[in-house]
Amino acid sequence: MSTWRRVTRTARRTALQAVPSVLAILALNFLLLQLAPGDAADVMAAQTGSPTAQTVLELRSRFGLDAPLLDRLAAYLDNLAHFSLGMSPRFNVSVLSLIGERLPGTLALMLTALGIALVVGIALGAVMARFAGRPLDRAISVISLCCYSIPGFWIGLMLVVVFSVKLDWLPSGGMHSVGIEESGLAALLDMARHMVLPAASLSLFFVAIYARLTRAAMLEAQEQDFARTARAKGLSPSAVAIRHVLRNALIPVTTMAGVHVGALLGGSVVVETVFSWPGLGRLAFESMMNRDFNVLLGILFLSSLLVIVANAGVDILHSWLDPRIEDVG
Amino acid sequence: MSAAFLRNKAAVLGLGLLAAIVAMAILAPVLYPDDPLDMVGTPFLWPGQDPSFPLGTDSLGRDVAAGIAHGARVSLLIGLWATVLGLALGVSIGAIGGYFGGWLDDVALRAVELFQTVPPFLLVIVLVAIWEPSIRNITLAIGLVSWPPVMRLTRAEFRSFREKDFVTAARGLGFGHGRIILREILPNALPPIVVTSSVMVATAILMESALSFLGLGDANRVSWGSMIGNGREVLRAAWFLTAVPGAMIVVAVLALNLVSDGLNEALNPRLGRS
Repeated sequence: MSTWRRVTRTARRTALQAVPSVLAILALNFLLLQLAPGDAADVMAAQTGSPTAQTVLELRSRFGLDAPLLDRLAAYLDNLAHFSLGMSPRFNVSVLSLIGERLPGTLALMLTALGIALVVGIALGAVMARFAGRPLDRAISVISLCCYSIPGFWIGLMLVVVFSVKLDWLPSGGMHSVGIEESGLAALLDMARHMVLPAASLSLFFVAIYARLTRAAMLEAQEQDFARTARAKGLSPSAVAIRHVLRNALIPVTTMAGVHVGALLGGSVVVETVFSWPGLGRLAFESMMNRDFNVLLGILFLSSLLVIVANAGVDILHSWLDPRIEDVG
Repeated sequence: MSAAFLRNKAAVLGLGLLAAIVAMAILAPVLYPDDPLDMVGTPFLWPGQDPSFPLGTDSLGRDVAAGIAHGARVSLLIGLWATVLGLALGVSIGAIGGYFGGWLDDVALRAVELFQTVPPFLLVIVLVAIWEPSIRNITLAIGLVSWPPVMRLTRAEFRSFREKDFVTAARGLGFGHGRIILREILPNALPPIVVTSSVMVATAILMESALSFLGLGDANRVSWGSMIGNGREVLRAAWFLTAVPGAMIVVAVLALNLVSDGLNEALNPRLGRS
């Protein structure tokens, strides 16, 4: 089967399987959030300073929060069918535009962190496998085990102490420098400077995971028949390592990368808080605290979609990495 | 097995660190009988500045060492019980799905897929905010999101064992399903579950610290995460208030990971000794 046909079949199968799951998750999230004590009307009334029962009721009816539960769920799903995620009572704008504003920041942070984690992790893992059992392998393995045990938000704060407070090399928060209007390359460089510390904090844990996984997978692949055959036909050790062993070892590593999209989103909640990064993770947390449930539902919906898309992407990547993996849909 | 574990120096180091933290947690009420949230000294004493506060005091004059000792109780308590809950859910659902197969397995798999589609930490935040932050509720929330990987692991083990000769023999002898699951297959499936469980404790400790850092911890108890959250406010002036509790988290989680690696090498016969 051609690669293209495999890709389209995988995509179609994923979409068909994903629709009922996503709808189920939406409904479950919706019902779950109804269990929370208080709603947006309570929080907003409390913020006016002197809430009366009357204000709360008025707010509740203005946002349609007083309708029966199932009516609200039906209205939400109806909105969704028209590509709308409703309004945010707190910001008084549509959830879609709010998410659209914050999504690029989170995606940039997540993709940079994932990219760093994959490149550095796989490289370290390959070095460890090459020198398995020797001092270099031991040293990297101790370091990666430490990285694996460090909370991302804490290392973020420590990096701020060293690189922002003591050395004054990098900004301690935000996405752009305040008060400077830049465009083009200068703006991009400015953002990159702001991204160094958050991306490093978010990726450290995953660098360690991929290094350990790559090492184990490469050691296993080295023993397989195909690797022996490649060596026997006279390929140089580095050609065997990269074209045969590493390529096979990438399968478990990329599988985990798909699984980790959800974990990265979770990690971005704390890392975005530490670095005042304007992204979805922080927005999700603030929405929960302010009972801005439409926004939270929208973010949960979007993150489920992201996880599903990432896993489908991994499936497609696998059928390219390993021709033996046949589509069974 | 225990001999293989004890030959592994890193694993023994992990076990030693873990024992020290457990001892600290148990002895906390004896060493620091007063509430660690009490203000007892001059604010912002650096570690070593005053011998009666070896780890210094925070912005409100609370003893950092007392907070560290009592925080160990919170971390270990939540880590342990959340793991027990996650294991109970994951192992039972995985065992039933893997052993019986069919529609039961389908339902179990669907449930796991639904859970794994929502980022676990976001779900924990939602659950804790709904139930109000208390030690019990945080434990429940973390336990509830931590079962899917154990379920998949247990299910895979049960699927591979259910066709084995000894299981067929047990069926032939007329053993009931319950007995075959609990007495025949489960003991064989345990090693990878044991290895995973110490990683689960580590993950639960990390999640609890992140929650407390965000201000979603139990407000009446001091925890390493909440100490970091408070220290962050004065990061520029007194970075040790953030560094010390964070270093404790790293030590605790590292110890658990070392133990898990050691158990994996000791229990997994497929891993060659290099």
